[in-house]
Amino acid sequence: MTADSPAEALPLKIVSRRIARQKQAILVISKVWSWIFLAILVVFFSIEGTGFFTVRNSQNILVAIVPVLLMGLGQTFVIIAAGIDLSVGWVMGLSSVVSALVIRDLADGGLAVGLAILIGFIAGVGSAALAGLLNGVIIAKLKVPPFIVTLGVSFIARGAAFLLSGGNVVGGQPQALRDLGNEALLYLQRGDETQLYFLRKPDVTGAQLRMLDRILPWPVVITLALVLIAIFILHRTQFGRHTYAIGGNKEATKRAGVPVDRLTILLYVMSAVTAGFAGVLYTARFSGGSSIAGDALMMSSIAAVIIGGVSMFGGEGRVSGTVLGALVIAVLQTGLIMMAVEPFWQYVIVGIIIILAVLMDQARDLIIGRAEAE
Amino acid sequence: MEPMLSIKNLTKRFGGLTAVNQVSMDVHPGEVVGLVGDNGAGKSTLIKMVSGVYQPNDGDIFFEGRRVHISRPSEARELGIETIYQDLALAGNLDVGANIFLGREHKRAYLGGLVRVLDDRFMQAQSEKLLVDLDVHIPSLRQKIDKLSGGQRQAVAIARAVYWNARLMIMDEPTNNLGVAQQGEVLSLIRRLRDQGVPVIVISHTIRDIFAVSDRIVVLHRGHKVADKRVTETSHEEIVQYIMGARDDYRSN
Ligand SMILES: Nc1ncnc2c1ncn2[C@@H]1O[C@H](COP(=O)(O)OP(=O)(O)O)[C@@H](O)[C@H]1O
Ligand SMILES: [Mg+2]
Repeated sequence: MTADSPAEALPLKIVSRRIARQKQAILVISKVWSWIFLAILVVFFSIEGTGFFTVRNSQNILVAIVPVLLMGLGQTFVIIAAGIDLSVGWVMGLSSVVSALVIRDLADGGLAVGLAILIGFIAGVGSAALAGLLNGVIIAKLKVPPFIVTLGVSFIARGAAFLLSGGNVVGGQPQALRDLGNEALLYLQRGDETQLYFLRKPDVTGAQLRMLDRILPWPVVITLALVLIAIFILHRTQFGRHTYAIGGNKEATKRAGVPVDRLTILLYVMSAVTAGFAGVLYTARFSGGSSIAGDALMMSSIAAVIIGGVSMFGGEGRVSGTVLGALVIAVLQTGLIMMAVEPFWQYVIVGIIIILAVLMDQARDLIIGRAEAE
Repeated sequence: MEPMLSIKNLTKRFGGLTAVNQVSMDVHPGEVVGLVGDNGAGKSTLIKMVSGVYQPNDGDIFFEGRRVHISRPSEARELGIETIYQDLALAGNLDVGANIFLGREHKRAYLGGLVRVLDDRFMQAQSEKLLVDLDVHIPSLRQKIDKLSGGQRQAVAIARAVYWNARLMIMDEPTNNLGVAQQGEVLSLIRRLRDQGVPVIVISHTIRDIFAVSDRIVVLHRGHKVADKRVTETSHEEIVQYIMGARDDYRSN
C-alpha cells in the first residue's frame, strides 16, 4: 500500500486493480522466494568464494544434505498431518550406535561382511522404527500432544544410545562399510584427459587421486531414492492423500472412515525410519557409530521443512519444498565455510530465514483469505 | 407407502432432564420433513439418536421396515443415514473431488499392478458429473474447500452423501451463517434431493425456510411432539403458536 498517494484520491477501479496486482505479486513471491533465495546464495558464493562452483563442491553439498534431508523427509509427512517429531535427532544417534555395534560384532564374529552390513542396516533402522512406534502409539492411542511425546522419546533414545555405546564412538568397522559411506556411483578423473567412470573407481594415486571427483556418493544415491519414494507416497497414494486430510481436518477424516489412529502411528514410524537411515549412513560415512550423530542436525531438519513451505499448522506442503529447504541450508553452510567466515553465522542466517518463511506463509494466508459471505 | 424412517416413542434423558419425551414420527420416501421448535425443544437430541450420536433411553427406530440399533455414527452411515454438519464434514485443504471421495478414494493399478495410485482424473470426472446432476455450480473443482463459500461447502457435503447412496439425509440448521443467496441455493438443493427420492429431515429456526422446502412440519415443545402437519394444511401463524406451546395436538386427557 503506497502511503504517498492516498487511495481516496484515485478512482475506485484503479485502486482495486492496483491492489489486486500487488496481491498477485506478493502471492507469487511468497511461493517462489526460497528458490530465489537459493539462486542468490549460489550466485553470491560463486562470486565471493573460491571453488564454490565446482563439481567437487557440488558433491560436498549433496553429502552435507543427506542427514538433514532424510530427517526432513519423514518430518514433512508428520508436519503435514499437523504433528511434530522432535525425537529424530536422537533417534538418528540410536540407529547409528545400534548399526555400528551390530556390524562390528557380526563382522568380528566371522560373518560375511556384506551380510553383516545388511543386518546392521536393518537393526539400526529397526531400532529407530521401534522409537517411532512408541511415539505413534502414545500420540494416537493415549492422545498426548506430539510435542511432549516425541520430546520424551527423544530422551529415551538418547539414554539408550549412550548406554549402548558407553558414550564412545563405536569404531572397529569393516572397510566395506566405509566404502558404502564414501564411494560413489560415478567418478570423474580430471587432468590431461577427463574421463568418467561408472560404478568403478579408477586405480590412481597421488596427484591424480586429488583430481578424482566422486559423483553421487552412495549415501546421496540412497537419499535420492528415498526422496523419490516419499514424493510418490505423498502425492500419488491414498496414504498421502489421507496425510493431508488429517492435517486439514482430523475430525472430518475420521468421520469419513479413514483409520486415523493407525495412519498416525505409521507416520511417526516413517519419520523415525528416515532418521534411522540417516543414522546408518552416518555410521558408514565416518566408519563409526555415535550417539550424538543427529543432535545438532534435528533443528536444521525442521528448518528445512519450514523453509520448504510446509505449514506448521498442517495440511500444506510438498516433498520438493523440503528438498529445497535442505539445499538452502547446505549451500549456506558450505558457502560460509569456503568463504572462511565463522561457520556459526549459518545459524543466525538460518534463524532469520525460518522466521521469514513463516511470515511469507502468513502473508499468503492473509491475502488469499477466504471467499466467505459473497 | 411404507415409511423410510419410523420413530416410535423415542425418549432421551440427560440426568433429570427429559430432552426428548415419547416422540414418534415417520419420514416417507420423497418427502422433506421440517423439524421446528424453540431453543432447547429437543430437535438436535432427537436427530442425534437417529444418526447414532446418542442412544435413546426408551423407544424404537425402524429404518426401511427393520428395527435398528444405531450405536455409533458410522453405523448410521452404513445404513444410509447421512447427517450433514456445517463444519465437521470436509477437509478445507483438499479440493472438491478429494473431499467427495475422502476415505473411499478411487485407485488404479500402477507399474503393472505393483502399487495402486490415486485415480484423480476419475474422481474429478465423477464429481463434476455429480454436481451437474445436482445443479450445483462451483467454478473449479480444483479449488480447495477453504476457498469456497459456506453454501458451496454445504453443497459439496450434500453431494458427497448423495454420491455414496444416502437413503436419508439429516440437516441441522443448514442455512445458519449463510448469506441470503446461499440460503436459497441450499434450499433448492434440498428440494432436488427430494425429487431424486432421498427424503430429508431439516431442522431450522427460520420458519420461512421451513415452509419453503418442507412437505410436512413436525413441531417439538419441551421434548414433546405437539404438531405434525402437512404444509398445505397449516400456516406460519399456526406453527408459531405450536412452537410457543400455545397449541398441542397430542396432549392427552
Ligand atoms: N449432551 C447433553 N447433556 C445434557 N443436556 C443436554 C445435552 N444435549 C442437550 N441437552 C439439553 O437437552 C435439551 C434439548 O436440547 P437440544 O436437543 O439441543 O435442543 P434444540 O436442538 O431443539 O435447541 C436442552 O435443554 C439441552 O440443554
Ligand atoms: Mg439444536
